[in-house]
Order: sequence, then structure tokens, then C-alpha cells
Amino acid sequence: MTSIEAQVLQPYKYGFVTDIESDDVPLGLNEDIIRLISRKKSEPAFLLEWRLKAYRHWLTLSEPTWANVHHPPIDYQAIRYYSAPKQQKKLDSLDQVDPKLLETFDKLGIPLAEQKRLSGVAVDAVFDSVSVATTFRAELAKYGIIFCAFSEAVREHPELVEKWLGSVVPASDNFFAALNSAVFTDGSFCYIPKGVRSPLELSTYFRINASSTGQFERTLIVADEGSYVSYLEGCSAPVRDENQLHAAVVELVALDDATIKYSTIQNWYPGDENGKGGIYNFVTKRGACRGRNSKISWTQVETGSAITWKYPGCILQGDNSIGEFYSVAVTNNHQQADTGTKMIHMGRNTRSTIVSKGISAGKGQNTYRGLVKILKGAEDARNYSQCDSMLIGDQCGAHTFPYIDVRNASAIMEHEASTSKIGEDQIFYCKQRGLSAEDAVSLVVNGFCKEVFKELPMEFAVEAQNLLGISLEGSVG
Amino acid sequence: MSAGSGKREAGGVILDIRGLHATVANDAKNEILKGLDLTVRAGEVHAIMGPNGSGKSTLAAVLAGHPAYTVTGGTVTYLGKDLLEMAPEERAREGVFLAFQYPVAIRGITNSYFLRSAVNAVRKHKGQEELDPLDFLQVLETKLKQIGWDDSFLNRAVNDGFSGGEKKRNEILQMAVLEPTLAILDETDSGLDIDALKTVAEAVNALRRPDHATVVVTHYQRLLNYIVPDRVHVLAGGRIVKSGGKELALELEEKGYVGV
Repeated sequence: MTSIEAQVLQPYKYGFVTDIESDDVPLGLNEDIIRLISRKKSEPAFLLEWRLKAYRHWLTLSEPTWANVHHPPIDYQAIRYYSAPKQQKKLDSLDQVDPKLLETFDKLGIPLAEQKRLSGVAVDAVFDSVSVATTFRAELAKYGIIFCAFSEAVREHPELVEKWLGSVVPASDNFFAALNSAVFTDGSFCYIPKGVRSPLELSTYFRINASSTGQFERTLIVADEGSYVSYLEGCSAPVRDENQLHAAVVELVALDDATIKYSTIQNWYPGDENGKGGIYNFVTKRGACRGRNSKISWTQVETGSAITWKYPGCILQGDNSIGEFYSVAVTNNHQQADTGTKMIHMGRNTRSTIVSKGISAGKGQNTYRGLVKILKGAEDARNYSQCDSMLIGDQCGAHTFPYIDVRNASAIMEHEASTSKIGEDQIFYCKQRGLSAEDAVSLVVNGFCKEVFKELPMEFAVEAQNLLGISLEGSVG
Repeated sequence: MSAGSGKREAGGVILDIRGLHATVANDAKNEILKGLDLTVRAGEVHAIMGPNGSGKSTLAAVLAGHPAYTVTGGTVTYLGKDLLEMAPEERAREGVFLAFQYPVAIRGITNSYFLRSAVNAVRKHKGQEELDPLDFLQVLETKLKQIGWDDSFLNRAVNDGFSGGEKKRNEILQMAVLEPTLAILDETDSGLDIDALKTVAEAVNALRRPDHATVVVTHYQRLLNYIVPDRVHVLAGGRIVKSGGKELALELEEKGYVGV
């Protein structure tokens, strides 16, 4: 392994800062801050109570230390928990949105203006702590689909929010979920009514802009009986020397015969080549297959963030329900990722599939951590897991921690794992056919990730491949 | 015997190797090539024969620019240019092709995609327009017809799960599509049964052109029954120790390397 070594990463493409006046709360966290956030969002009393309860519980918890990631202690009093661009109250027309914000999303490749919108995709654009625009809302409303900013759902559909909020990820679930429950600011809310197949891809784009600010968004998707929705989230942040915290919670509920396909392209600022700066991406994502024959499929492409800590999981309650997890996680330079999934089989004849592809380059550390649990009542459950790791260079690491807990003897479990080094021979073979070193790496890596990429919605598969190319650019000599 | 002309018409010098020395991993104790000379002209097929460990595969790898080998002396001129100065991918784009003894698998990438990437890298280098998938498919079909093969390889991942014979055939298919000026076949016959050997040899013959040249590195004479060489060289101890016409191969078969 002589010529494959870490070099300088191509500058992060989305690292610019938007200069915009913002409405901030003071740094730090206490009950008054939570009350202030709740007041700014004109929330009903039940939600404030819920937040305060979560906060009081959070105070009794300590940060988890079991993940295979290392960082200096986080000072939770040095974080700003709310920052919103100053603008008119959100109205139906995009004309009222600050042009600077539109321009920002334009630059990120997420045009919001009517004439430039991505076809076939409805976008909710979240900037720091608030949603600034949601496209195609009226079109979706014709089908009875509710797709809006979370804070708007709180105002307009409080009964739905009260019913489902915390029903999959309780406020007490873990340290970061409790923190999120106390201070979450915005995010997306989707409700797909009975028997409706969403005609558009729904997507949310998260942008962190303000410094010293954490982003704590909350996404809730409820797919009623027999419905189908495909949802995609993307994200990015400016280049900064400080580490910023992003602690989101995503909850999915699929009722009888419903399917939710949830895709993530995570591209938070990863820090520079010396490991300075970058986002701490500590996220709790979970889906509940409540109904019979329901299905939840997670697909994630994780290329950004200094540290990623996330385990999108499925609780397979309904009989015949299906959970899937397809993941590509890339760590380059000093990035660390500890990611995987949890598949909890409760119903009969439940099935889960896990395909995880970890790629480490530079000094990156990549950990797959997964739990497959078959409970007593889960007759004839099946799981197939495949965890592949690829190493580029000789200073990175790949780690795999599969946990399997089977309490029903009828379960059929399969687990396959492999670790490979991107070979000098593979690169040379490609070069001998005329490809450059970087094209060769991109080819080998894309081939390695193919099983995951084919799960992405078509509109985003190409973007994911390009992103992977950018993330690894410069990782070969 | 001027090597600097760079002429590609029949008889023009394509490859000229003078006093080539090479080591493994830049370790002087591991010198494998020890002053090798060889001249290959357009339209010719040369066979390099020799016992195990004589340096045949090293020669093939050095010509392709494999990073595991270090050239410690001598010159290699390809079409009038200094080949050793060129990066491996540049050599490939300039028309040097190596059919690998052990072709490498690339999971998840189809042969047709890989081939198109390779062809387009060469086209881009020559300032030609890149081919889109449909145009490329036409080129492929023409080539397959020319060598008499079907398209069953195209949608399989590159060499992934291929049998030994399929891998070798795949190398020849790539050669057919890339139309190299200088093709180096490294032990393409090893691991092939007689039928597969014939098929591969027929394909190589079908691709012979007066302005191209082929260097066949082999252990056994039997391949040369099907690919008839213009020149045969015996490589031993890192040097060409004997050269001759095609009859030299038969002599080797009869007497063995020790007897020659």
C-alpha cells in the first residue's frame, strides 16, 4: 500500500455563511429558555409541559460513553438553542421570504422558487431553528397529505402532534433524545391519509448557519393504513473552527399495510483535514411498524459530520411487518462514525434486512453497531445482515459490533461480514485501462456501495454518488 | 535500427527496450531484469518464453508501470517517447494494453460500464468525444461479432465470480474494444483448457493489424500453435538469451530451456 495514502481533502463545497440578521435566544439552557422557545412558537400548554418534563429528566442523565467515538466534553451552557432569521411571519407566498434565504438554498442546489423547483419533489427548507418554506403544499393537500414545518403542525394539527409525538422515541429514551425533546425547534411533519400513495417525494433540507448554535430538529411521519410515502432529508453547514451540535429526533409510524421509505443524505461539515471543527451529529431515529404488513425502510448515505452517532431502527410490532436498513458511511481525515441499526422483532413472521457499507480513509474511524432482537412472541422471524467494511490507506479503522438477541427458537438469522482493503491491484488494474487514480477509487467504492445506492430514490442516487466522489477526493496518492 | 521514428506503419518501431534493469520494491538485492534488450515493430507478434522466475511477468508489469517494480537502469522507448516517464494510466491511454495473468475483480461494476469508462478515458485523452451508453453498445456489439462472442459478459460485474477461463476471455474482450497499439499478453494461456485456448487465440488473431504489435508472454509452446509468432525470445536470468523465428519455440518444447 504505497501510493494509496491520505492527502488533502477537496474543500467542503457547502461551507459558506449567509449574512442575515437573526432572532436569537441567549446562550445556555434552563427552564426559562425552554419557556421562551415555546412562547416564540406560540405553542399549546401540553407541549410546554412535555418539554419541561423532558428537560427535568435530561438533568438526571449523563452523556453516553459506550460509542466508539472520542471528543472533548460538550458544554451545554455554551450552546444557543434557538436562532431564526428575522423575517415576516411565514405566509403562503414565497415573495415574503428573505431573498437571502432563497439564494442560500439556491446555492445549495435546493431551488424553492416556483419556476425552479425540483420536479417530483416537495421540499421543506429548514434554516437554523425554523422552517423558511415548504413547496408543493397545496398540491399535496389535494390528496389530504399534510406536509409542513413541525411548528406549523403544532398550531394547525395539535391533535395529531399530541397523539404521535414521543410515541416511538419517548422523551426519556436517551440523553440526546431527552435534550431534543426539551429544546427542539423545527423540522418536518408528514401525515399520509388512509390509502394514499404520495405522488411526490417529500424532502426536508436542513441548513445550520448561525455560529454557536445547535440544531435540534424533530421530524414526525405518520403513514396511515395502506398509504405509501418516500421521504428524503439532506443537510449541510458552514465551515467553522468550532464544533456544533446537531441532535435530531425522527419518529416514523406505519399503520396496517403502510410503507415508509426514509432516505438520508447527510453532508454536515466534517471538519478540516486536521480534525478541527465539524458537526457532532447525535441523532435518534426510529420507526414503528405498528400495523400488519407494514414496512419501514431506512437508507442513509453518511459522508459528513466530525462525529456521527445514529442507529435508525425499526420496531416490528405488526405481524408480517418488514424493516430495512441500507447504509453507506464514509469517514475521511479525522471523521468518526458509530452507526448502525436496531431491529426489534415483536410480531409474527416479521422480517428485517441490514446492509451496511463502511468506508474509512485518512485517519477516519468507522464503526458498525447493530442490534437484532427477536422477542418471544415473534414466531418465524427472519433477519439477514451484511456488514462490509472497506479501508483506504493504512491509518484508518473499521470496527463491527453486531449484537444478536434471540428469544424464539423459530427465528432464522443470517449474518455476513467482510473487511477489504481497497487494493493497489484494483487501482492498478483500472489505471492500466486508462482511468485516473481518483476515477479508479470512485469506481471501486461505488461498486462496493451499489446495493445501497439502488435503494435511493432515482433523483438522489446520482447526487449520492457524486457526494461520495467528493468526500473521498484526495484520499489517494 | 533507429527507435526514435515513432512510425506506426508496418515495420516501424513500436517498442524499443535497451539494457533494462528492474527490481522488486526498490530492493537492489531483488533485481529481476538484468539488462534486457528487445525491439518490437508494427505488425509483429513476439513471444517471450522462459522458465519460472526468469522475469517474464516482471517485464510485462514494468512495461505497464506497476508500482511494485522499480526500474534501475536502461531505457524503454514507445512510439518514440520515453515510456518510463509516463504514468500507468497515460501509457494505457497511449495504447499500451496489458492482459493480466490474474485479472482483478471489481464488485458491483458491470463489465459494460467499466469498458465504457476505459474507452472514454482513452477517447478523452485523444481529444475525441466521449461515447454515451447507446453509442458504446453499438461499438461493443461490432467487436463481439468480430471475435465471435456473445454478450453474456457485459452485465456481470467485472471478473466477479468469473472462472479462470472467463477472466482470460474478458481480458481479450477489453483488448478488442480498446484497440491497443501494443498489446502485452501475460500468460494468457495459463489455466485455459484447449477449447478456451483456441477461442482466445482466434480472437487475438482476428484483432491483428499491420500497425499494431503484440507481445505474448508464455510458459508453454502450445499457445504458439494458435498465435503464430514472428519472433521468439528466450528470457533467462533477467535477459534475452536467445532469439529466433517460430521454430525456436518448437525447439524449446523438444529440448527444454536447459537444452537451448
